[in-house]
Amino acid sequence: MGMQRSQLIKVSLLVISLFALAACSSTSETDDSDMGNQGSSSSSGSSSASSSAGSSSGQLSQEEIRAQNALRQTVFYFDFDVAEFKPQDRDTLTYHARDLAANPGKRVRLEGHADERGTREYNLALGERRANGILNYFIVNGASRSQIETVSYGEERPSQRGSTEQAYSRNRRVEVVAR
Amino acid sequence: MNPCKLIVGGRKSCVSGGSLLLSCLLSLFAVSAQAELSIQITQGIDNPIPIAVVPFAWEGSGVLSEDIGQIVINDLEQVGEFRSLSRSNMLSMPSEEREVFYRDWRILAQDYLLVGKINRAQGSQLVQVQYELFDINRELKLAGEVLTGSVAQLRDIGHEISNVVFEQVTGVRGAFTSEILYIVSDQLGPETFNFRLEKADYDGARSQTLLESREPIMSPSWSPSGQDVAYVSFETDLPRIYIQNIPTGQRRQITNYPNINSSPVWSPDGSKLAMVLSKDGSPDIYVQDLNSNQLMRITDHPAIDTEPSWTADGNSIVFMSDRTGQPQIYQIPIGASSFNVERLTYDCFQCMKAKFLPDGVNLVHVRREARQDPNYQIAILNIDTLRVITLTDTSLDESPSVAPNGSMIMYATKFNGRGVLDAVSIDGRVKFRLPSSQGDVREPAWSPFLNSGY
Repeated sequence: MGMQRSQLIKVSLLVISLFALAACSSTSETDDSDMGNQGSSSSSGSSSASSSAGSSSGQLSQEEIRAQNALRQTVFYFDFDVAEFKPQDRDTLTYHARDLAANPGKRVRLEGHADERGTREYNLALGERRANGILNYFIVNGASRSQIETVSYGEERPSQRGSTEQAYSRNRRVEVVAR
Repeated sequence: MNPCKLIVGGRKSCVSGGSLLLSCLLSLFAVSAQAELSIQITQGIDNPIPIAVVPFAWEGSGVLSEDIGQIVINDLEQVGEFRSLSRSNMLSMPSEEREVFYRDWRILAQDYLLVGKINRAQGSQLVQVQYELFDINRELKLAGEVLTGSVAQLRDIGHEISNVVFEQVTGVRGAFTSEILYIVSDQLGPETFNFRLEKADYDGARSQTLLESREPIMSPSWSPSGQDVAYVSFETDLPRIYIQNIPTGQRRQITNYPNINSSPVWSPDGSKLAMVLSKDGSPDIYVQDLNSNQLMRITDHPAIDTEPSWTADGNSIVFMSDRTGQPQIYQIPIGASSFNVERLTYDCFQCMKAKFLPDGVNLVHVRREARQDPNYQIAILNIDTLRVITLTDTSLDESPSVAPNGSMIMYATKFNGRGVLDAVSIDGRVKFRLPSSQGDVREPAWSPFLNSGY
């Protein structure tokens, strides 16, 4: 893939993201519209331009609170044998991506993990697949590749000991670690 | 020599100034007693061969640290083929040929008899161990010699005698002087672990720490000479492959590619290392020439390709890939195009971590039979007849490693919530366990035949 083209996509996505944050508009960009809908609360339904303009400062601080809360969540769990993050984590991950985009000096490390079932080498690869899924999502949402390091620990560093479904579900994870 | 203790991880590593060649003094002889494994026979065979092993006569002063006769008994019994006569049931206690009366042993229904004696060698600290093996039914001496060594080598001498007995009786070369490598992990706190690469006798005795780190250590692999070990260490915060010379402790970093560097496995001639690298996007199999450092790509697929092993002729690589959605076993000749990949397994939900036995027909692997069956077990697939024999009946079995004489497979499993090493005979009839006193033990790697020096 051409560097310039991907840079261009990144910049344009960044612009779209910022626009979505500011105007709270519901564009057809799926990731951003998800965010926008959540942000303007589904009950109000139609987010009219006039209402958001009227309470612009209050909306923004609410948005900031949401962003801060989202950034506090740094561990994302996965289903068995699944490398894609859960749909309910999408918004939180979008805030992480935008935080990186807005702060080019920030660096994070995505640490992928697996549960103990299956062989160690395969789990090492599965952990990488999970971390890469979030890496790609961050880049698509404006982060720069150079801000993000990925590493897989496979099943070597479990978060919870034991051979129970409960432990397994805690161990299938990606941790976003600030560098 | 830089006399740093070989503890790596965090910032405490002995990696100095970007130099890849690390010269570290190992505390090689610091045997960690608390980590020592001891063997338990968990399953034997129905008709073991009866053998009488008479306590070896000690003709020196003081007390010897090792009971050679007992070492031989333990060796022979834990591989399941033999049952030794209780010492209290013996009618006589000969220590050399002229004291042996075959009738005494025929009455006790023994097929074989081993006797011996130990002397202090004249004018030195060494001891001489003389042993003789007899076939009771044929009234024939089968073997006998005198082995000389230090008191510290008495275990080696005992294992060597076991090798001779095993080969004389079964026709198969004994593997009792072989060794194992394995990883031990101790959880020190919520986020803190300690990892050790250990080497021990095949039965878990005399363990030594080769490497210790707060970051994971994985995938130990013996060189064919038994002199070096390749492994993955996360000591730089990233998985990288290292080679360490076992006698000297000298080690060097072999790879520093982006992303996963894992699964190092020596070629049969020792000149190359198969490995897994995900530098080009997804994990693929590569082979690195250890002399020229030239890297050759073996597989090229966006799915996960991992767990390489060599065929005995060194011409092909067996590996696992989830290119069809779930892990299955494939084979590819070195240097062939990706179109020449041959699929070896079909009838399992997941088949992983495979390696051919020396016969090139039987494929040892980790097997999960069906999606609804959560058990991972050690199995052997005959690729000609497609017959599958599942050797284990526990649920989290992995990392099978075959003894150099092909008689047994050691593997990692869980017992009472902890990682332990088990071994099972190739026919599944015999099992023994090496329980650990602490930590999770895993990833056993059984050595090739080693030159014991006797």
